Amino acid sequence: MKVYLDNAATTKVDPRVLKVMLPYFSVNYGNASSIHTMGQENFNVLTDCREKVAKILGADSRGIIFTSSATEANNYLIKGIARANRKKGDHVIISAIEHPCVRESARQLEKEGFRVSIVPVNYEGLVEISELEKLIDKKTVLVSVMMVNNEIGTIQNISELVKLAKKYGTYFHTDAVQAVPYLKIDIKELGVDALSLSAHKFGGPKGVGLAYLNPAVYAEPLIIGGGQEEGKRAGTYNLPGIVGMTSALEIAYKERSEYVKRVKKLRDRLWDGLKKNLPDIQVNGSIKERVPANLNVMFGYVEGEAILIDLSYKGIFVSTGSACSATNLKASSVLAAIGLSKHFLNSNIRFSLGKETTEKEIDYTIKMVTETVGRLREFSPVSKL
Amino acid sequence: MALKYTKKTIDHFLHPKNIGKMDRPDGFAEIGNMVCGDQLNFYLKVDKGKIKDVKFLSFGCASNIATASIMTEKIKGMKVEDAKNFKWKEIVEDLGGLPQQKIHCSIMAVEGLQKAIKDYEKHIDEKLKKEVREEVKKAKKIVVEKK
Repeated sequence: MKVYLDNAATTKVDPRVLKVMLPYFSVNYGNASSIHTMGQENFNVLTDCREKVAKILGADSRGIIFTSSATEANNYLIKGIARANRKKGDHVIISAIEHPCVRESARQLEKEGFRVSIVPVNYEGLVEISELEKLIDKKTVLVSVMMVNNEIGTIQNISELVKLAKKYGTYFHTDAVQAVPYLKIDIKELGVDALSLSAHKFGGPKGVGLAYLNPAVYAEPLIIGGGQEEGKRAGTYNLPGIVGMTSALEIAYKERSEYVKRVKKLRDRLWDGLKKNLPDIQVNGSIKERVPANLNVMFGYVEGEAILIDLSYKGIFVSTGSACSATNLKASSVLAAIGLSKHFLNSNIRFSLGKETTEKEIDYTIKMVTETVGRLREFSPVSKL
Repeated sequence: MALKYTKKTIDHFLHPKNIGKMDRPDGFAEIGNMVCGDQLNFYLKVDKGKIKDVKFLSFGCASNIATASIMTEKIKGMKVEDAKNFKWKEIVEDLGGLPQQKIHCSIMAVEGLQKAIKDYEKHIDEKLKKEVREEVKKAKKIVVEKK
C-alpha cells in the first residue's frame, strides 16, 4: 500500500487541472505579450485567469501578480515593500514561525540596514496581538505573519493583527500558501496589503505562484526586464502554469466544504487511533486553531527521521522537523518557537492529509506507525524524560 | 533535502544487529551528540582480552542505528587492543558510503565504543588493584602467622 501523507510539501496535480493546461504547451503556445492574434488570444486567457483568481480571493485584479513560486512572491513582497517605503521607516516585523523564504528575506533586509523584530508565538503556535503591540511602532514599514503554518498547521487571526498594523500605517503581508482551501481568503475583508500563494499546494502545477499587492502600494520589483505584469515582475507569462493554477484554485474552492469535512474526519480518526495505541505522544500546536489536514505529533523516546525512514519502507510518506533530517542538523525552528523542550524537538512527525486520502489509508497508517514507533522504542535508551 | 542511504545502511536500520540491553556488562558507555540530540548506549562483555559480546541501544536516526549496528558486528570477537584502533572510516566504507551530513553518526559510534572500552579498562584496573591489595593482605597475614 502506498500512502501519501505529505500534502503540505506538495500535492498531486488534479487530472482536470492537467487537462486544461495541456493545450497551452503545444497548441496555444503563443507568447501572451506578442501582438499577433496567437499572442492576443493568450493575453485574453491571461486576463481571464487574473480576473477569476481575483474574484475567488476577493481582490482587485490589478493587484494579482503571477510569479514562479510563493518563495518568489514572498521575496518580492517583503523586500520590495520594505525597500520602496524606506521613507516611512526602517523597521520590519515577522513572526517566529515563518517559512525560511520569509526569514531569509528579512535577514537580507537586516543586512541592508533595516531593523527586524521577531514576534513570538505562544505554546499553541499563535501570535498574540499584545506581543505584536509591544514591537510595532510608527517606523514599522511591514508586518509579515503567515496565515497557516506549514509544519503545525496553526491558523493565525490575521484580520485582528491587520487592524493593529493599520493603526500605525504599517503594511501587512501574509504568506497564505497553506491556507487553500481550508480557509476562505477574502483579501478585502482581511485587509492585508500583500499575500502569497503557490499552486502546487492545492492540486496545481509546480513552478507557479502569485503575489497579491494592493495596487495603491508600491514594491520594488525583484525581477526586471520586459515589463510584464505592469513592470512588477518581468519574464514571459507562464500560461500553462497560470491556467493550471486558476483551474486548481477554482476546483479547490468549489469542492471546499465537502473536502474540509471529509479530511477533518480522517485527521481525527488518525489522531484517535494513534492516541489509543501509543502512550507518550502529543500534538504539537493548537489542535483547535489548526487546518483540518494537518497533524503534527511528538512521539516520545524515538527520533523523527528514524520513524520517517521506517515508514517510507512501509509505503507511508510523511515529513519531520527533526535535526537529523536537516542538512544543517538544526531541529525545526517552529517547534522550538512553540516552546517544545529540547528532549522532544527531534521526535516529531508531520502528517498532512489531502484530497486523495482514504479511510483505509488512515487505518493502515495507524497500524504501521504503531509498529514502527513500537520497534524503535524497544531499543531506545531513553524511556522517561 | 534528499537523503540517499545505501541498501546496506537501510538493511542495518531495519534489522539492526546486536541491539538490546546487556546485564552486568564489563564495559558500558552512554554517548550523546550535542548537535543533533542523538544518543547511543554500548555494553561490552570481555573474555581473555577479546570482545566476547557487544550490545547497543539507540535514540537516533536511521544512520545512527545502522552505523552502530555494523560496528558491533565488526568488533565482536575482536581483541580489545585492536578494537581500540577501530576507525569510523571502516563503517562508512562498509556501508557503501553515507550522506555527508550523516558521517558524524559513524564518528559517534566509534567514540561510544572507545568510551565503553575505557570503562572496561577502568574496571579491570580496579579489579586488578583489588586483587593485588587482597594478595598483599594475604601475604601480610601469612607473615604474621609465621611470626
